[in-house]
Amino acid sequence: MNKIKSNFVLAIPLCLASLLPQTTVADEFELSGRLGLEQRYFTEQGQFEHQLEHSQTSVFIEPEFYWGWNKGSDSLTFKPFYRQDSVDDERSHGDIRELSYIHASDDWELRAGIRREFWGVTEFQHVVDVINQTDGVEDTDGEDKLGQLMVNLSLVRDWGIIDMFLLPGFRTRPFVGEQSRFRSELLVDNNNISYQSSKEDNHLDVALRWSQSLGVFDIGSYWFHGTNRDPILTPVTEGNNTKLRQYYNQMDQFGFEVQATVDDWLWKYETIYRTTDIEDFWAMQAGFEYTYVGAFNSTADLGLLIEYGWDSRGEGNEQSQGANVQNDIFFGSRLALNDMQSSEMLIGFGADLDHNAFSFLIEANRRLGENFTVSLDVRLLQSNDAYDPLYSFKNDDHFQLAIEYYF
Amino acid sequence: MLKTKTMTSLVTALALSLSSYSVLAESMQQEDSEKLGLKISTQAKLRDTGWSDNTSDMTMLLRNKQGQESIREIKTKTLELLDDGDKSLTIFNKPRDIKGTSFLSFSHPIANDDQWLYLPSLKRVKRISSRNKSGPFMGSEFSFEDLSSFEVEKYSYNYLGDDTINGLDSFMVEQFPVDENSGYTRRIVWLDKAEYRVQKIEFYDRKNSLLKTLSYSSYQQYLNKFWRADSALMVNHQSGKSTELKWDNYAFKTGLVDGDFNRNTLKRAR
Repeated sequence: MNKIKSNFVLAIPLCLASLLPQTTVADEFELSGRLGLEQRYFTEQGQFEHQLEHSQTSVFIEPEFYWGWNKGSDSLTFKPFYRQDSVDDERSHGDIRELSYIHASDDWELRAGIRREFWGVTEFQHVVDVINQTDGVEDTDGEDKLGQLMVNLSLVRDWGIIDMFLLPGFRTRPFVGEQSRFRSELLVDNNNISYQSSKEDNHLDVALRWSQSLGVFDIGSYWFHGTNRDPILTPVTEGNNTKLRQYYNQMDQFGFEVQATVDDWLWKYETIYRTTDIEDFWAMQAGFEYTYVGAFNSTADLGLLIEYGWDSRGEGNEQSQGANVQNDIFFGSRLALNDMQSSEMLIGFGADLDHNAFSFLIEANRRLGENFTVSLDVRLLQSNDAYDPLYSFKNDDHFQLAIEYYF
Repeated sequence: MLKTKTMTSLVTALALSLSSYSVLAESMQQEDSEKLGLKISTQAKLRDTGWSDNTSDMTMLLRNKQGQESIREIKTKTLELLDDGDKSLTIFNKPRDIKGTSFLSFSHPIANDDQWLYLPSLKRVKRISSRNKSGPFMGSEFSFEDLSSFEVEKYSYNYLGDDTINGLDSFMVEQFPVDENSGYTRRIVWLDKAEYRVQKIEFYDRKNSLLKTLSYSSYQQYLNKFWRADSALMVNHQSGKSTELKWDNYAFKTGLVDGDFNRNTLKRAR
């Protein structure tokens, strides 16, 4: 009896080991991650019913487990995420940001599993970034993304890096609930979602990308075919309850990005052409970043950024939703003190040139001791055009203080 | 009368040629010290050529005037290129909030380096400007140029004389950066005569005042040829801050190749 038991116990690690190439058990394991506490304070009452009054608190955890073997040529990464919000059940959510295996060879890599892939060069808007769905409940800047299931083969050649993507399993965009700020008057239904493809969220999306560095230029270009990451929202009334339903059509998208790094100047340009059954359009974001090294006779760096965003769909009106950024200009200034605590501050200002809408933000952060960071964000919004997407957020000026612990 | 005049002009001519001779002698001396400075520096570079590639772990201990300390843990992989500057991959482990951040650099002796930064929180690779040579590296007293590889073409030279340092008979060589973006007017480098190892460097700021002193200690020899210090101390005389460097796990000829230095390897570097 005892013998059988011990044999069985022995068999488990043996079985696991045989799954690994060359039967070497992971020779490297690392646990790291972060824990955070976030407090938001909204200065005004919300525009809509049921919206939280002033205060919103949340906590989050994002550990990362890493196993590596064959001198790091093979690795497995697992990065779950969970946030608990004090007011919004939709914002209390979890996601697998990463659960992926990588095999790296001399001139190719295979990456399989749930991953995040970023493309683009600009700062205020990421028009070419397309692989992952936006995590719409995390923040309003669109920089937080959901993990995407993929198989990605990457080939390194003298003439550039070729990445091929198979993307099964589409992720729908999560939207905040009725207690939250940063929503439209009508709530977005996170269920009852419809698709153009008969395969619905099981359509196999594909993407092919080439990227290369040529002297001062860093260039990337791709073609994507599959489910549009941006939903079309349509009001649907059931009884006396009207909600916005999400509809995802199919799209083909061509993307191109370039950055020229010339002395203290970074020149950036990115553009997409998207075609769907409903509309075809171009969008682009272009600008520059200039850095004063050793500003104010100190060791600080002062960066100045200007970007312009354009979209052929134009602004929204009675007939069409239009584009969020269609003729907008952005100014930014980034100050890095280069001190022991890595103190940094970013000030940004965005203005819509077609109508009266502004956004202003400050992001300041620094390290506390060895394992903590503290950040303060301020966001102010103004809009007097009812068709502007920002109009729904015009009472949502807020301060956000966050403390994060890294382990 | 005529005779006297001739005499005078002869004396004048002689005096002139004598003075021009001394100017010549001085410039000859100047030329010699420039040549000698270049020769010493070229020899130092030559003795540290042929290591192919290396990896090491570096710990930085930052200390401010009040004695507050902060640690940086960095792993580096470097590929030696004989016809260009080195390629290197720098991976940050501490402080924890920047863990996973990595940095790829293709250095060039004269032209601007090509540099990319990988930000793991956004999964983003960013090409960055390499003009920031004089700025502090991760809040330390080391600037980016202090940590870049030594290339003979980066300086012009002047041999200053001999000195004894760390009990070793040494050369003192003045080095003037060619790059106008350097944070220094000059550096004075002490190299021991036996092995041409850098023992000490004094850095002079743009106003030509002494800014920092870097002292190396505990040199070890690897592969019976290449010397590397176990530690170094940079003291900033103007701010009272200092940074201590310690190197561990030095390995040479580990088999790194060109393909280990690109945007793909940058993204998964550990």
